[in-house]
Amino acid sequence: MEFIVEVQGVNKSFKDVHAVKGVDLAIKPGEFVGLLGPNGAGKTTLVEMIEGIQQPDEGVIKIAGKTWKTNGSELHKLIGLSLQETRFIDRLSVFETTQLFASFYKLGNSRVNEVIELVDLQEKKKSYVNNLSGGQRQRLALGIALLNKPAILMLDEPTTGLDPHARRGIWTILKNLKDEKNTSLILTTHYMDEAEYLCDRIIIMDQGTILADDSLENLLVNYDHAHNLDELFINMTGRHLYE
Amino acid sequence: MNNQLYRLIVAHMKEIMREPAVLFWGIGFPILMAWGLGIAFSNKTEMNREIAVIQQTGTGSIQKSALSDVIEHYPGKQKGDYYLPLRNEKVGNINLTFHESTRDEAHIMLKKGTISLIVEVVQNKIYYYFDPANAEAQLLYQLVKGVVYNGPAYYSSHQEEIKPLTVSGTRYIDFLIPGLLAMGIMMSSSWGISYTIIERRSKKLLRRLVATPMKKSNLLFALITARFAMNAIEAVLLYIFAWWYFDIQIQGNPAALIVLFIAGNIAFAGISVLISSHTSNPEIGNGLINAVVTPMMVVSGIFFSYRHFPEWTIPFIQNLPLTLLADGVRSIFNEGAGMMQIWKESLILAVTGFVTFSIGLKIFKWY
Repeated sequence: MEFIVEVQGVNKSFKDVHAVKGVDLAIKPGEFVGLLGPNGAGKTTLVEMIEGIQQPDEGVIKIAGKTWKTNGSELHKLIGLSLQETRFIDRLSVFETTQLFASFYKLGNSRVNEVIELVDLQEKKKSYVNNLSGGQRQRLALGIALLNKPAILMLDEPTTGLDPHARRGIWTILKNLKDEKNTSLILTTHYMDEAEYLCDRIIIMDQGTILADDSLENLLVNYDHAHNLDELFINMTGRHLYE
Repeated sequence: MNNQLYRLIVAHMKEIMREPAVLFWGIGFPILMAWGLGIAFSNKTEMNREIAVIQQTGTGSIQKSALSDVIEHYPGKQKGDYYLPLRNEKVGNINLTFHESTRDEAHIMLKKGTISLIVEVVQNKIYYYFDPANAEAQLLYQLVKGVVYNGPAYYSSHQEEIKPLTVSGTRYIDFLIPGLLAMGIMMSSSWGISYTIIERRSKKLLRRLVATPMKKSNLLFALITARFAMNAIEAVLLYIFAWWYFDIQIQGNPAALIVLFIAGNIAFAGISVLISSHTSNPEIGNGLINAVVTPMMVVSGIFFSYRHFPEWTIPFIQNLPLTLLADGVRSIFNEGAGMMQIWKESLILAVTGFVTFSIGLKIFKWY
């Protein structure tokens, strides 16, 4: 299979807002892609369509060569997801929360323990979720996203609000995952160092369209030798990336 | 007032005023409730209270109708009942209706909460049966006693005796406990199911869950089952306490009680799913839940009989889910009802549950 994700001519509107306008993109197995753009660029809508919780008005989205329409339950098993602000059930422990999600994939306790170890939460295994720090909570969310060894991992700003140490922790987990080459990543982030460290490609979106799609290095060079992502976006559109 | 405090107050006021839904539930809804319950039900020129008068079988006509000759010099005898309007400009008008009944009929009316006082005249003695713990019954006793003392001389000279109702099934607590049990199912389901769903939607947990291969119906089924189990535990504990402390007995068929309990849970689970089907704002959810449960809690005869409400409202009140459940549970606890007496209530409750659940599921927003 050449591409794990294929998006062809996708359009999506909400009432008067044309959120995604004729987007095409393809992601190879094992490829790590950064998705960037200001608020309202259409990133979330695009990711939700790839995730299968929104249907495109026009165009085709294929995951592992299959569409969501008739293969929903099969495709859910290929996807791992971590949202920016998901809160789990407060009074469940780390182990119980992971065990609950594992049950959706028919996975046993050995995988649960494996994942808890992977995200380094062994010491917090019995702690209630509401007693975890921000970084620990994000690691738990990432662990849960990795439970099913997904072919596609979608992370929405996984390190926003975390201290540098906690961010490094998440990056290490993702870097190891990248080295295994079994998982593709779609990462939305505001941090250039994060995109640089983790992503093979950066896709920049604005007003529902893709403005650029290349390696970070090429993008910076091609757009007037920008020094960071914000500068790059200013050079492209005359506006700040994070307005 | 310092500028900082002023700015903070203004900011909070604006935050409240700019959220129309919060504004409605915080300001509009209480006014609607006040109108609905307060003005519609309290601004009455007249209050109705009902009393049972026990006939003496095999006695003469005067005694047979007991208090009738006390009452008969007042106008009005309607549908075989004696109707006595007490007029008082300052206190308000109270209409007393005396139902001629046998002892058994009087007890059934008492258990249903239709009446709270039974009067019996035996030779030259008047007996008043009521639960001294029931404030309303106390007041009614004083009113009837006043009527008797102002009536014909041969009655005002009668001796009186208060017979406190302590027999299981006839006390106020016997009326109250089944109602509390029914209300417990409603409250627990509404908050336990509705609020949990709304809160999880607001925390994006529902969105996270539907991105997994989890069967959506399993999530709702699990919530309902867990709540059902909790309701069962709560109901059993409440009954054990009521039995141990107040000597409350289930006089009817326990299997019928289980059937009704299940039907009640189905009804309120369905209603709860419908309430929580759309909003992700916990404040709006809070208002929606209150909008559904509070009126029922007030009018469905949990703490006092719904017969106190205007006659035109009674058929509507009687068909509310909480009223159906409370009346059914009460009839099993106090009147010895079985399957035949509660099948209709159970069926209506179950259908209500399935219909509201189906509608709720159809419009359910997962994120």
